[in-house]
Amino acid sequence: MSDEQATRANWPLYEIFVRGKRGLNHVHVGSLHAADDRMALTHARDLYTRRNEGVSIWAVRSEHIAASTRDEKDPFFEPSADKVYRHPTFYDIPDDVPHI
Amino acid sequence: MTDAQAGPAGPAEPELHRHFDATIARDQRIEPRDWMPDGYRNTLIRQIAQHAHSEIIGMQPEGEWITRAPSLRRKAILFAKVQDEAGHGLYLYSAAETLGADRADLTERLIAGRQKYSSIFNYPTPTFADVGVIGWFVDGAAICNQVPLCRSSYGPYARAMVRICKEESFHQRQGYELLMTMMRGTDAQREMVQDAVNRWWWPSLMMFGPPDDNSPNSAASMAWKIKRHSNDELRQRFVDMTVPQAEKLGVTLPDPELRWNEERGRHDFGTPDWDELMRVIKGGGPCNAQRVERRRSAHEDGAWVRQAAAAHAAKQQARAAGRQTPGPGRQTPAAEQQTPAAERSTDAHEGAAV
Amino acid sequence: MSDDHVYMTLAEGHDDSDARWAFGTGFEDPLHGVDTTVPAGVDREDLAALCLALGDDALVSAQRLAEWTTRAPELEEEVALANIGLDLLGQARLLYARCGQADGTGRGEDAYAYFRDPDDFRNVRLAELPNGDFAFSVVRLLVLSSWRLAHFERLTRDPDPVLAAVAAKGVKELAYHRQWAAEWAVRLGDGTEESRRRTQAALGQVAPYLGELFSAFDVRDEVVAVLGQVTEAAGLSMPAWQPLPGRGREGRHTEHLAPLLAELQSVARAHPGATW
Repeated sequence: MSDEQATRANWPLYEIFVRGKRGLNHVHVGSLHAADDRMALTHARDLYTRRNEGVSIWAVRSEHIAASTRDEKDPFFEPSADKVYRHPTFYDIPDDVPHI
Repeated sequence: MTDAQAGPAGPAEPELHRHFDATIARDQRIEPRDWMPDGYRNTLIRQIAQHAHSEIIGMQPEGEWITRAPSLRRKAILFAKVQDEAGHGLYLYSAAETLGADRADLTERLIAGRQKYSSIFNYPTPTFADVGVIGWFVDGAAICNQVPLCRSSYGPYARAMVRICKEESFHQRQGYELLMTMMRGTDAQREMVQDAVNRWWWPSLMMFGPPDDNSPNSAASMAWKIKRHSNDELRQRFVDMTVPQAEKLGVTLPDPELRWNEERGRHDFGTPDWDELMRVIKGGGPCNAQRVERRRSAHEDGAWVRQAAAAHAAKQQARAAGRQTPGPGRQTPAAEQQTPAAERSTDAHEGAAV
Repeated sequence: MSDDHVYMTLAEGHDDSDARWAFGTGFEDPLHGVDTTVPAGVDREDLAALCLALGDDALVSAQRLAEWTTRAPELEEEVALANIGLDLLGQARLLYARCGQADGTGRGEDAYAYFRDPDDFRNVRLAELPNGDFAFSVVRLLVLSSWRLAHFERLTRDPDPVLAAVAAKGVKELAYHRQWAAEWAVRLGDGTEESRRRTQAALGQVAPYLGELFSAFDVRDEVVAVLGQVTEAAGLSMPAWQPLPGRGREGRHTEHLAPLLAELQSVARAHPGATW
């Protein structure tokens, strides 16, 4: 399998929010990988609700979530302040870039 | 990966470090976007990934028995149990990804032998009694290890462990219940149980890791409250918990040195063969090659499926962007799943739910 | 641990609704609390034969799905495949239990699963074929779940209340199976050259076994319509098919059933008089 194929085969990360019962908010329960929105919902139902049909699920691509900083005093307009996770390896780095 | 905490310190780093230390000291959780020392992050990634790999590789020894389980009830229980392990693996990979790790990368490391999983899963499962003993010993040991991790200092890890621990206790109970049933059966069944106990006891004690005086990563993990008890302390707890269960079951634990120490109020027990543990960790166990090979082939055989799904998703996106007439697989972009059926079912079950 | 209550809350709802968790499911007596008297006017022999055929389809399918364990193309699909397998295994157990009441032998589920020989099994041959690749397993499941769903929907109105209850429970499960398979068929058909080729090939492999499905029950048009809809959405074509001679429903099977059952029954038969 070539590197290019390997990259294409990786499904993106989704964050999953579940409302267990009416009257409650959706709550973040974790993440999973899926190729598309529909698959994300199916996987979320299997994994995080154990197929409980009575719950409502939101699935959001992790990269689409804007996040505030909790501890740090980041300067405003600092571009990294809009990612849900903060580590450099979170971002795709091509395999042929040395020493990263 | 290294535990070195040093790094190019920005001007604010000493302050950030103090804040981190204070959060740990107050027994509060560290969350994904918080500043954390590289050593803390790397230790966590290593530990959580190893834990996740253990769940996934751990499906194999028992999974071999799903198709051969001797009753439909046992088949259903075992099928569900192995499925739970896949779920646990996913919860844990999810926690690792909050630290910036990538699941595909962790899987590559596992397959390449660059990341470990629990050495216990490198032992074979020659009889159906092994299913019971794995539940009793291995899941029992996992519970001893994992319950304290529900209070781990890293929030996503601790929360994953809460979910996992609830299910692990089911797993242990089903194993013990299978063994009790077998012990009430034929002589051949009782012999199978004792044989499995003899084979799994020492490897189970090794699950807690090397003794404290020879456990290089333990001290830092304890200081950071990633881990809350030492290897030896957890091993002692497991022995104390298991001995009365063995008596009730009517099996003998294969350790001539095992006896109650009145003075300590705990059991004394023999020393596991640490050379064997090191051998198995380094790849010399009976099933290391087989386990990794299965994981590798599943991952590689599935590549065309994962690529197909990704390609379909990309085509769908392109079609939506181009506002073309919907072609194959017309789908509504699903942001929320709340079908009419699901609504009805919510109403129907609301009363029944606690 | 203030942030943990959220997870406890999520889990709480499951403790009492045991059907949702793999483990709390009533493993002991699947028909507990249901009036199991066979009503007057129901032909016991017919009822038993129907339960046996549907039970055997489910057991053999569950066995094939179990073979995917640790071999699925992605970890999330491990969970999905096991869900489907567990649903079918549960259906088999309920149907065998009903069979034992209807045929007057009082046999339990394990007597049917473990102590009959291949030519006593009444499953369709499509269920017993080896898993092949993921495309074949998806296409096979699409066919079997579409057929079974259409059939179970009719059985919810069956004069036998137990079979009707089993069917009502099964309909929800089968709708999920069909959806899962249909979505995957579309992804694979539309995805890459390779996935398209494999999926079209799988349709060709499945087609000769379709005739056997439709001979016994009158759901042919409905199933063909579903398959047509999915293959069209996937950009695939349903090949014309010539029914193969032989009938699994009459106990005439492919060479693949005997080894499947030998594995399934090996431990149970090696220990006569044992309790598990």
